[in-house]
Amino acid sequence: MEETTITQTGSRNRMKFIMGGAMIVAAVIYLIVSSTQASAQYFLTIDELVARADEVADRDLRISGAVIGDSIEYDSKNLILTFDVAHVAGDNDELEAEGGLAAALNAAVMDPTRSRITVVYEGPIPDLLQNEAQAIMTGRLQGDGTFLADELLLKCPTKYEEAVPEQASDN
Amino acid sequence: MIANIGYSALVLTLLVSLYGIGAALLGLRKNRPALVDSARNAMLLTFPLLTLSALSIIYLLATNHFEVEYVASVTSRSMPMYLKVTALWGGQAGSLVFWSWLMSAFASAVTLRKWDRDREFLPWVIVVSLVTLAFFLALNIFVENPFTRLWALPSGQVIEKMLQPAGSSLYFPTDGRGLNPLLRHPGMIIHPPMLYLGFVSFVIPYAFAMAALITGRTDDRWIRLTRRWTLWAWMFLSLGLVLGGRWAYDVLGWGGYWGWDPVEIAAFMPWLTGTAFLHSVMIQEKRGMLKQWNMVLIILTYALVIFGTFLTRSGVLSSVHAFAQSAIGPLFFAFIGITFTASLSLLMQRWNVLKSKTQMTSMLSREALFLLNNLLFLGILVVCFWGVIFPLISELFTGQKVTVGPPFYERANGPLMAGLLLLMTIAPLSAWGRSTWQTLGRALWKPAVAALVVLVAVIVAGIHNIYALIGIFLASLVIAVTLYEYGRGIFARRKRHEGNLVIAFLNLTRRDPRRYGGYLVHISMAMLAIGIVGIEMFQTETQGTLSVGESLTLGRYDMVYEELAVFDAPDARNVARAVVSVYKDGEPVGELYPRRDFFYDSQQPMTIPGVRSTLADDFYVLLVDWEEISTNNATFKVYHNPLVKWMWLGSWVFVIGTLISAWPEKENSLVTKRSRQRVAAVVD
Repeated sequence: MEETTITQTGSRNRMKFIMGGAMIVAAVIYLIVSSTQASAQYFLTIDELVARADEVADRDLRISGAVIGDSIEYDSKNLILTFDVAHVAGDNDELEAEGGLAAALNAAVMDPTRSRITVVYEGPIPDLLQNEAQAIMTGRLQGDGTFLADELLLKCPTKYEEAVPEQASDN
Repeated sequence: MIANIGYSALVLTLLVSLYGIGAALLGLRKNRPALVDSARNAMLLTFPLLTLSALSIIYLLATNHFEVEYVASVTSRSMPMYLKVTALWGGQAGSLVFWSWLMSAFASAVTLRKWDRDREFLPWVIVVSLVTLAFFLALNIFVENPFTRLWALPSGQVIEKMLQPAGSSLYFPTDGRGLNPLLRHPGMIIHPPMLYLGFVSFVIPYAFAMAALITGRTDDRWIRLTRRWTLWAWMFLSLGLVLGGRWAYDVLGWGGYWGWDPVEIAAFMPWLTGTAFLHSVMIQEKRGMLKQWNMVLIILTYALVIFGTFLTRSGVLSSVHAFAQSAIGPLFFAFIGITFTASLSLLMQRWNVLKSKTQMTSMLSREALFLLNNLLFLGILVVCFWGVIFPLISELFTGQKVTVGPPFYERANGPLMAGLLLLMTIAPLSAWGRSTWQTLGRALWKPAVAALVVLVAVIVAGIHNIYALIGIFLASLVIAVTLYEYGRGIFARRKRHEGNLVIAFLNLTRRDPRRYGGYLVHISMAMLAIGIVGIEMFQTETQGTLSVGESLTLGRYDMVYEELAVFDAPDARNVARAVVSVYKDGEPVGELYPRRDFFYDSQQPMTIPGVRSTLADDFYVLLVDWEEISTNNATFKVYHNPLVKWMWLGSWVFVIGTLISAWPEKENSLVTKRSRQRVAAVVD
């Protein structure tokens, strides 16, 4: 008699813990799913961006391209930075086929037939912004065809063996 | 010459490691202790050998031996000596050697302990440690050799090879390519070794866990033996993370400290499982529960440590594009895959032996709350992991690469982290075995009143952001509860006439260093939370171009542009340094010197902010641009970062707390003290 009560409370206890655990798991899943939906950004190459300009006009995007050094302009009064980026492959195999990231970036900048886009960014000019750097930007495509970046990450694979930590900026 | 010595030492260490693995296994099989002892000596030998190898690299770096490719790739003539030396971990090949070097130091330290009571663990600890070491050595020898030299072939072509090709001669570049200026910061110099120390020292508890699984000695001996290792590992890892954040704050020039990029997350993930592990082992020690779970956690931590080493040093970057930009990628994944599968299958075999006899009874008991803490840590881990692999998953299923940025991590982790803060307020007050709302409420109400007072004060001060209020309330509740716990302990001691407050406090901590050290860590986490709330929710910024004498206003601060000087510094650097006076509420509070250094050899600028840091806020000034020659006008970007100093102060509290926790415990009576000391001597 007494034994059954103990097992009963035991299993009731077990249920309680399983329910509690399930609730936590459900909460974590909910947080992941809803946050993914809220902050997902298409990751596009410049080619894809140009091709799908209409479709992605109102979305948060993340794009990557090669910085064209000659195009860098900085209005230091208003901290408005503009520069052009050229298409580089997004796929690692394609990059390797071009001889690695450094070579691919160089080819991108040298090749005037590649699709290009102008990026506008407001803030201090990042130290790593230079010719043939890889820029990864989040932001939106504007009506005038420029890309308004609110975050700008840069890396320069040419100069150092180590891929240098990116310089980031939030606005 | 030196390169050959260094390389030979590497090869020799690999051979010694392989011998050690073989001897330990054979000694076990044939039951010959002499062979195991020989394996132990082999493990001891790895450290001096790798020291020789590491010193060779350091020598080459320090003496500008640019014919060695690694030296040319990470140093240049103009770099100061300390940077040349620390360039040992400035690039991939060197940092792998550095990793192995630390690993061998830890492995040697383990072999030096007294093994009388745990003889059966020894061969397996040797095997696991040496397998790990051998993997990294093999990477260095076969894939990422730091000693390859540049050779000029008769055809004039320059190639990279370890051994001299026929007819070639050594090629000496006139200068190296140098270390990126952005990495020339004390935080960045100490940050990798700290992370590595953390990574490496987690291998030891893992080795003991595997030894326990293999030998079937599945009591909590392995946990007691490795408790201090785990704490040290954890402390170094945490320090590595904090220093990385500090570097970002000081150098990257946007007033931020953490960007949720994959490399940061890679270092953060083992920290999460490690922290969960630190908590859940206590349940095993006190209640004999969660043995399987602890095994899972340490196995996960080990896998994440190897993964973290790979991600932080493999050139894989924010782009999420590639997990295999260098040749070592697939090797790392293979190694992680093999060790992970092997560990898990071992665990499966012992699964039933590890079943605990006791059951959790009360939802509010200490062990139940610890379990909840573990779930939350793992929840954060899953969030982070999901964020890192989401681009790959989305591409696989939809053909479209979709990424998630910092907002994802903040949104998903925010509630989980708040949950952890909440647990920190309840768990220290709950009892092992059984707690009820009544007992908890009795202990909680006084600190809760204190936290409410803080909350009301903050609201009156004009802060109405609900998330900020929740964060501040929870953080102050954690601090109040923890201080209250201290107070209760001190009060009880004072009653027993143990002298003044300070002595009572010290005695209390000495009596139970683990508990009170842990409390300090809780306080530091609350301080961290306060700093994060401050900078994340209340950062403000402005910018402007000023003529000399003009001022810029941000909140209660005014900043006046005084002057700007441009000059050459001795280490091939051009410096533009501005002087600005800062006023708070009209009162002068000092000068700041934001500057921009331009490094001639790398043709790269580096922006260094001027920061005035107080407990209330940081006033953070960047020099953006200036008028050449006349220097009459200069443009500044200014950030106001409230409370951020709490973060850095919190990390000091954190270190002190962890050190106290790792302190050997003091016992009551002399008899047990002596016997315990013997135990402690064995443990150490």
